[in-house]
Amino acid sequence: MSALLHRAALVALLPLSVAAPALAQDMPAGEMADHAHMHHADAPSAEPATAQAAPPPVPTDHAADAVWGADAMAPSRALLQREHGGMAMNQVMVDLAEVQFRQGRDGYRWEGEGWWGGDINRFVAKTQGEGDWRRAPDDAEVQALYARAIGPYYNLQAGVRQDIGKGPKRTYAVIGLEGLAPYWFETEASVFLSDKGDVTARLEGWYDQRITQRLIIQPRAEVNLAAQNVPEQGVGAGLSSAEAGLRLRYEVAREFAPYIGVSWERKLGRTGRYADSAGEGRGGAALVLGVRAWF
Amino acid sequence: MAGTTRRGALKFGGAGLLATGWGGWATRVSAGVPMLPPALSGQDIELRVAHRMLRIDGRDTHAIGINGGIPGPLLRLREGQDVRLTVINDLHDEDTSVHWHGLLVPFQMDGVPGISFPGIKAGERFTYEFPLRQSGTYWYHSHSGLQEQMGHYGPIVIDPVGADPIECDREHVVVLSDHSAMHPHVIFKKLKQQGGYFNYQKQTLAGQIAGRDQKGADRLEWGKMRMDPTDISDVTGSTYRFLINGQTARDNWTGLFRPGERLRLRFINASAMTIFNVRIPGLAMTVVAADGVPVKPVTVDEFQIANAETYDVIVTPADANAYGLVAEAIDRSGMAFGTLAPRAGMVAVAPPLRRRPLATMKDMGMDMAGMDPDMMDMSAMHMGMRDKRNAPALPLGPGVQTIAPMPADRTGEPGQGLADAGHKALVYTDLVARDANPDTRPPGRTIEIHLTGNMERYMWAFDGKKLSEVGEPIPFTAGERVRIVLINDTMMNHPIHLHGHFFELATGKGDHAPRKHTVNVQPGGMVTFDLTADAIGDWAFHCHMLYHMHAGMMRVVSVRPAVAA
Repeated sequence: MSALLHRAALVALLPLSVAAPALAQDMPAGEMADHAHMHHADAPSAEPATAQAAPPPVPTDHAADAVWGADAMAPSRALLQREHGGMAMNQVMVDLAEVQFRQGRDGYRWEGEGWWGGDINRFVAKTQGEGDWRRAPDDAEVQALYARAIGPYYNLQAGVRQDIGKGPKRTYAVIGLEGLAPYWFETEASVFLSDKGDVTARLEGWYDQRITQRLIIQPRAEVNLAAQNVPEQGVGAGLSSAEAGLRLRYEVAREFAPYIGVSWERKLGRTGRYADSAGEGRGGAALVLGVRAWF
Repeated sequence: MAGTTRRGALKFGGAGLLATGWGGWATRVSAGVPMLPPALSGQDIELRVAHRMLRIDGRDTHAIGINGGIPGPLLRLREGQDVRLTVINDLHDEDTSVHWHGLLVPFQMDGVPGISFPGIKAGERFTYEFPLRQSGTYWYHSHSGLQEQMGHYGPIVIDPVGADPIECDREHVVVLSDHSAMHPHVIFKKLKQQGGYFNYQKQTLAGQIAGRDQKGADRLEWGKMRMDPTDISDVTGSTYRFLINGQTARDNWTGLFRPGERLRLRFINASAMTIFNVRIPGLAMTVVAADGVPVKPVTVDEFQIANAETYDVIVTPADANAYGLVAEAIDRSGMAFGTLAPRAGMVAVAPPLRRRPLATMKDMGMDMAGMDPDMMDMSAMHMGMRDKRNAPALPLGPGVQTIAPMPADRTGEPGQGLADAGHKALVYTDLVARDANPDTRPPGRTIEIHLTGNMERYMWAFDGKKLSEVGEPIPFTAGERVRIVLINDTMMNHPIHLHGHFFELATGKGDHAPRKHTVNVQPGGMVTFDLTADAIGDWAFHCHMLYHMHAGMMRVVSVRPAVAA
């Protein structure tokens, strides 16, 4: 159980850990170098040590061309290459699609992304938003990104974001990092530069704790930061807002999991004061009901 | 009972046996494999590949059959004969092919589209023609797309010239396989989307409380490394039904025997993704051949058979009892089950599935036993999980999740999960060739190949490069003797198959090294073998986990005559 307590503590520290592992994962450790390849001496084979003759040159011909003809072989050879590692894949994941029951104003929220491409290079589309029940979304955005795998676990993303909610319809350049941190934390960090020159950032993380093979509880946290005040958007410099959630889902199938949970959000500092003066309130807790789905 | 013992068959053998292979041999109750009459040279066999439905436990699933069967017909041939095998592609919309797994054939007859020949287009036929230069238990399967997963496989038995030195009274062919109602392209896509999609034996809070899972400290260490010790099989019993000769446990394939008979069981693992642990509770099994090649008899209680391997075993049931034929998936997510019985209708009781194994530090290439205790500093170790100095030539791309810091030669260990089986399980170092090796020259050079992967991205490769990224073959000079060292940098098993050749496992058996066409490299382990590159042509060299190969874990090997200097 101490492992769980440890993990709970890590959830709180999560945003700090987002960038570090991606940088650390390629670092070698000097301590292991001395023992590298000691296995060769351990091999139980009684065969004598082998000489090291030079390998022959790599042939430039294909053996089957001489039998079946180069024209007949070329398409099947191209297919062979493509079908053994060259395929493109895709996935659309709706991570959150939920109704939020709050005191007074009920609302809704969604967050999802899709990817198309190979193992290294991908096109990524993201969207998220929220609003009051039966109204157009207050905040909503879409992103279109090029993603490139930069290590075993992390993808670097770059592209554009467009706000489509009630506020100003800003456009942003985006740089992001998304991937799996040590201890199985899913992490996502984005920095945005708006067409007005404003710089903001968002850090997100979540962790799936399996209770059984299908019942999973997911703590989730998000913080938003701003480099300057953006009064038109009600955003103040510094830590502008934070959010924490706990969602319990049941995987009817891997691809379809209804959930129930609680979500708490709070506008902080100057952002909170902007909200006060607009009569919007600084946030609060909500009971959420939703579904996580992908295909 | 029908008198189809070997002696009986030899006596009555000439009458009306099929030149088109023994279609329908994989019936629910088998009295034993019928013997072909003495071989005819230039024998013609026709194999028709077509879509069909396969009823699995009452549910119809899409499948591909050969001559209507899953598995396809048993090809019973004789060493020294020539054979003409005409494959007719009755699939509407896709190419097909047949690879004769383990048979030494000219490269253009090896059946790998894009390497040996162009493939067989829908509606067309192709005639394979070659002499049979060997005897033993082999098999055939598609090398096109993912058709093998859909049922495109069948057994081959080649009788030796003259009397078989491996004597028996009766024999059964046991083809093990895995079948899913899910289309193989969908299975592959799910694995790319979520590597652990099919694993319903992960560690949970409930499992930890119940003591089934790692203890807290271990779990934290493994979590830090982003390694899942329950990741034993990529595709599991959550979607697979495991089959013996095309029959599920419920169908209960039954092989007949008379008490006291020497039964020869020819096991073939035709699975796409499943390694099996095979045992017959109550009967000791004497392994007499591996990958078709005779070995000195070794008696075991259980053996692990990796994808594409074959083992011949002798059992001698003395009593008129029903014996369970248990082939448990390595991750214990299900089993293929059948019965050996003196008469049809008897059903053995299937034992319960044993608890799933958990991967260990050794499976990550950290052989603790070989380590200086002062070095057991955990913080130093996982940093070393991807240390470039352990494989300087390896490109450290996203496809390389780990590099085994201390891979161990694990050929003396039973397969994953069998160390604590409580009885004798076969290990590779038990295998000693019955006949002296044909070529005992020491190798002239060594090639080290890293088996690499990333379980999160479901990427698999040799030396960090997928076949799709590599244009060049691995070159050999005809006749040269080469040592190949396979180092498994991943936490999964990889049964590696080299086409067109047998190789000698370097397990210290001198001139009686076991000769194989497929060898399983255990997680975090290494395997060394010596090879005489005597088959001129281009050959496939790949992992026989079908989706690992599909992901790129494959190379072309070229063998060319020496260039005059």
